[in-house]
Amino acid sequence: MSTVAFAETHDDPNTLRASSRSWSGPASKRIVTGYGFWIFILSDMVMFSAFFASYAVLVGQTAGGPSGRDLFDLRSVAMETGFLLASSFTCGLATISADARQTTWFQLAMAVTCVFGLAFLILEGREFAALVTQGAGPTRSAFLSAFFTLVGCHGLHVSAGILWLLTMMAQVFTKGFRPDIQRRILCFALFWHALDIIWIAVFTIVYLLGSAA
Amino acid sequence: MSNAHHELDDCIDLAPGDEHVEGGIGQRVIGYLTGLGLAILLTATSFFVAGTDLVWQPSIPVALIVLAIAQMGVHLVFFLHITTGPDNTNNVLALAFGVLIVFLVIGGSLWIMANLNHNMMPMDEIMQMQR
Repeated sequence: MSTVAFAETHDDPNTLRASSRSWSGPASKRIVTGYGFWIFILSDMVMFSAFFASYAVLVGQTAGGPSGRDLFDLRSVAMETGFLLASSFTCGLATISADARQTTWFQLAMAVTCVFGLAFLILEGREFAALVTQGAGPTRSAFLSAFFTLVGCHGLHVSAGILWLLTMMAQVFTKGFRPDIQRRILCFALFWHALDIIWIAVFTIVYLLGSAA
Repeated sequence: MSNAHHELDDCIDLAPGDEHVEGGIGQRVIGYLTGLGLAILLTATSFFVAGTDLVWQPSIPVALIVLAIAQMGVHLVFFLHITTGPDNTNNVLALAFGVLIVFLVIGGSLWIMANLNHNMMPMDEIMQMQR
């Protein structure tokens, strides 16, 4: 569907294999943009790995305060996980609609993605508010500082993703499926799916291991 | 999914996230549905394993980490369409480098900090020295 049409190859005297069709000429703009954004996502994951490392180092330093087992509500975490997974799926449907240039389906899938993302953020916000009101805010212990930094950073990424999602809906509404808009949709989909991958690590390492061990 | 095996000379790179399919929209939706089904299965297993008494308790952390890595693989294959095909070589190599750095940062931090903790004098002895 999104296979890239290669530019016509001219006989270039500077290339060694001027007769061969592939490998000549620059990559299409879609590949350059997508690959560059892929590098950004990987560097974002490296940044998250530093937060995961500090969390793993500080997880036992509760300073006499509550530990993860006392605080985490796995039912709410399971619902957050479900919302984010469903939003990743509908984001995929939006990608397919964009490739097929189906404006209505695209806007519908993006709107559903937005609702699921907002539901995730509301649940996370309620969890954070409950923790702070019961005296387990980020200042309570090193463990809680690391917890709020890691999970909050992921939540900030989701918030930024929702702003980007609304921007893409507006841009498709006003400008249609122009090639540059399609590239932005590709990058947005990469970003949103990557957020779900990071959430897998968060719910496993922070919540499940934290309440099991 | 990739038909690039037939024509290795003709393989054209794909942007990360782009999908190389011959079929129509239905086939792509089925791909995403497969990914969703597998992800739900793995997530449900993770949450079940974390709360159950049915398995040997010391195996639970390892099982959770294996399940998480499997689910990340499912997401990469079915949602981000990272394949082993020649049109994806650059994407896979970048990903491999990212994973290497992630493991170095996490593993290295844990290793160093565990060593520091192990070698540090107990806190009450430090207190006594300061008197």
